[in-house]
Amino acid sequence: MSQIPADLKYAKSHEWVKPLADGTVEIGISDHAQSALGDLVFVEVPAVGRTLAAGEACAVVESVKAASDVYSPLAGTVTAANGELASAPELINQDPYGGGWLIRLKPVDSGAIDALLSATDYEAQLQAEGA
Amino acid sequence: MVDFGGWDMPVHYGSQIDEHHAVRRFAGVFDVSHMCVVDLGGERVRPFLSYLVANDVGKLKLPGKALYSCLLDERGGVLDDLIIYYLSEQFFRLVVNAGTRDKDLAWIRAHAARFGVEVTERADLAMLAVQGPGARRLVEGLLPASPADPGAREAVMALTPFSARAIGDWFVARTGYTGEDGFEIMLPASGAEPLWVALNAREVRSCGLGARDTLRLEAGMNLYGNDMGETTNPLESGLAWTVAFEPAGRDFVGRAALEAIRGRGVAQKLVGLLLEERGVLRSHQKVVVPDVGEGEVTSGTFSPTLEKSIALARVPAATGERVQVDIRGKLLAARVVKPPFVRHGKILVS
Repeated sequence: MSQIPADLKYAKSHEWVKPLADGTVEIGISDHAQSALGDLVFVEVPAVGRTLAAGEACAVVESVKAASDVYSPLAGTVTAANGELASAPELINQDPYGGGWLIRLKPVDSGAIDALLSATDYEAQLQAEGA
Repeated sequence: MVDFGGWDMPVHYGSQIDEHHAVRRFAGVFDVSHMCVVDLGGERVRPFLSYLVANDVGKLKLPGKALYSCLLDERGGVLDDLIIYYLSEQFFRLVVNAGTRDKDLAWIRAHAARFGVEVTERADLAMLAVQGPGARRLVEGLLPASPADPGAREAVMALTPFSARAIGDWFVARTGYTGEDGFEIMLPASGAEPLWVALNAREVRSCGLGARDTLRLEAGMNLYGNDMGETTNPLESGLAWTVAFEPAGRDFVGRAALEAIRGRGVAQKLVGLLLEERGVLRSHQKVVVPDVGEGEVTSGTFSPTLEKSIALARVPAATGERVQVDIRGKLLAARVVKPPFVRHGKILVS
């Protein structure tokens, strides 16, 4: 059973969103997603300052198996990208909700996060998917 | 789990990369029971195989020796690749791919009739590949007793590379698809699980299809359907070494077509690629060869041993050392190298 921290919000496409104190949000992929992808070997993150639409492909995570797009759950501007993943993509496997974060975003609409899935909703989705 | 030629197979048992390293450094076991074992019997098996496959079974002089070959169609296209084990003049064993089973059996049977050769699929056998520098030593204590065949155990342990021997109801071959030493063991299906459990108890790691693919690619071994197939011929697939044009008098299926292709000049070649930038090479990515033309990645992956991406690619014959690969719209630099990338735990390219 994969971990689904209760204090985060989730997207159907298996990203998580964490509100930070400064009004930005941190985004990564869920424990379920990293487990399904397998050992990650390459991560491509967007440039700081890039503007993203909600649902736009913003990063690529490649495992030994395949390359997968990561979609931004919210519209906003990239304020930071996790540079450590360049040399240590396995951080996503080891610590998907911590050291394996992908980007930080300044959302266009600070209320949009409320429309994302709660941990309970996301868990129900995983169960519906048979995970 | 993934579907592979109609078989449900695990991609990994936890970590593909850890499984890969286990085989390079110590030992791993793969369930390769999907591979199709076909026994050939009769008085004219050797003349039949001499005609059926592109390599020359005349090279098989000692019982137990094995030969890798392509099975070609009349156009020189590759129907499959296979291993042929010579056991006696009346008994040869083939191991063919799972995804091509139906096609292969129909093709083999169609040609066998004329030679009076009996074709028997051995679906009753399972196959476990135990691979890695420690593999053979770990198998030794698990070999079945064979009181009717004294010395069998010693003979199995003394097998030279690419040869095989029966012991009890097992058939043990010193072959593999990883670039490491080891055995491929064909045995009654009921014996597979006990052997697997016993190997695990000896610290032999369970390995899935994922590690099998990264290991074979590092070892520079072709995968049927990716690196060659019915629309490509062995001469442009890095497999010219498996086509025996000598002796000149041996007729085999596809010979005339391959001779014509060789006469015209082979337009493409299969090469190894090392990605010099960060990213992962994948099959079907476009290869750009400046001033020469274009090619295509046929198999690509991240190499756990080299910690960079490697591939096999089919490129124009005039391709030199430098190419670029189109990865999601970006052209990244790659260098052409001669496979294998890794053998017996050692990196062979730089």
